[in-house]
Amino acid sequence: MMEFLLMLLKTTVVFGIVLTHVAYTTYAERKVIGRAQARMGPMEVGPHGLLQPIADFIKIFFKEDIVPANSEKLIFQIAPIIVLVFTMVNLTVIPFDRNFILADLNLGVLLILAFASLSVYGIILAGWASNSRYSFLGGIRSASQVLSYEIALGLSLAGVVLAAGSLNLKDIVIAQHNTPLGMYAIPQIIGFIVFVIAAFAETNRAPFDLPEAETELVAGYLTEYSAFRYALFFLAEYVAMYIMAFFCALCFLGGWTIPKFLTDIFPILDKVPGILWFAVKVYAFIFLYIWVRATLPRYRFDQLLNIGWKVLIPAGILNLLIVAIVKRFSL
Amino acid sequence: MIYFIFAYFCLSMIGISLIAITRKNPVHSVLWLLLLFLHIAVVYLFLNAEFLAMVQIIVYAGAILVMFLFTVFLLGAKNIPKEKRYTNLWEGRLLVGLALTAIFVAIFSKIKLSFKGIHTIEYIEKTGNVKAVGTVLFNEYALSILMLGIILLIPMIAVVVLAWRKT
Repeated sequence: MMEFLLMLLKTTVVFGIVLTHVAYTTYAERKVIGRAQARMGPMEVGPHGLLQPIADFIKIFFKEDIVPANSEKLIFQIAPIIVLVFTMVNLTVIPFDRNFILADLNLGVLLILAFASLSVYGIILAGWASNSRYSFLGGIRSASQVLSYEIALGLSLAGVVLAAGSLNLKDIVIAQHNTPLGMYAIPQIIGFIVFVIAAFAETNRAPFDLPEAETELVAGYLTEYSAFRYALFFLAEYVAMYIMAFFCALCFLGGWTIPKFLTDIFPILDKVPGILWFAVKVYAFIFLYIWVRATLPRYRFDQLLNIGWKVLIPAGILNLLIVAIVKRFSL
Repeated sequence: MIYFIFAYFCLSMIGISLIAITRKNPVHSVLWLLLLFLHIAVVYLFLNAEFLAMVQIIVYAGAILVMFLFTVFLLGAKNIPKEKRYTNLWEGRLLVGLALTAIFVAIFSKIKLSFKGIHTIEYIEKTGNVKAVGTVLFNEYALSILMLGIILLIPMIAVVVLAWRKT
């Protein structure tokens, strides 16, 4: 019973912290994009607009929930829940620190890949159930995009799994810490780049946000959604961003550890709690998301598929081959 | 307690498959099929085959079923031939039913209850699921794996040839 309560407490803490981060990521995004475009961003609510996310959430949760008359009612209503649930589940296998993990699974990497591929159902179903052309096109686009980039994502991770010899995220971090460079991002630079690009496409973010391209599809699969169902999609998108950032930090950037050569030079760095390093890496990745959104224009859809199939997948296979050869002959 | 949960999953698998094949709307059928695949994954978990459970979700629920949804969306149920001679023929039903029964009988008569694999449960628990499956697949069944790969490659080539457009 005690164990169960402790588990419940841990889960609440993790979900609470991640959701707070999600709320303030929207604020950070508006501020950073504002800077990039020589604007101030939100300034009115609270000092420097710091209470803006709270105001936004209060507003969106008290709006009227509109369900189109010609839609497939039940599926329309559960689609956002499917997306959010299958995204939040991934948080359980993320090791935030040496001893802080909700469920220490042996197949952590596979679990995240599995649920990432399931959450696309919510988007496809949202597009289909809305019974609107724009929504439908958005859903179809999202499906083909996620399906193609999942292969590249899996291939880039296969290199990491092969090098670490484990599918457990904790073991991957420890294996990285034992290499001289301390992170897989440097020796497996091809795999790292493939992973980053595929992660952007997998979370439907700019420059691959074609499922919700407002210049051609109004808002894609979100067109018919309003109020808290819209908010759920929004939340799921940002949680998915964080999952990808966690995943990247764990598999390529060394998780809660820092390279050994750094601690050799500055022994004081060893005293810093691991969760801080983890947070720094995750924030850097989230900042990259925002930075790219402020900088790059959107791709055309055929360009997106060409990049996925003709560039990223061969590059992923190349990375896997290099890792396999290095591992086999222990160069 | 755990037996009740196991029983629930096994029974509901039968129920869900029945619901899936009786739906009028093909999209609903695909959704029930998704639920069925998730249940199958849970049954794999009960059998201590975590790796199979994950692969079940990634491959079947995550990739193949999305393809099904795609086909249903893009072609719709309109293009499926509705004429009686294709879909609603009692000889056809009888034939399919008998063939399936024959396959089931053939399979079930081959089940050996006392069959032991090469690896013991202790060995698998020590080395881990993935490693055990991997060593068996790539050492003992290497030829079968290669042949499966080629079999899967052939339809891919066929699709590329069909979809090829001279520009």
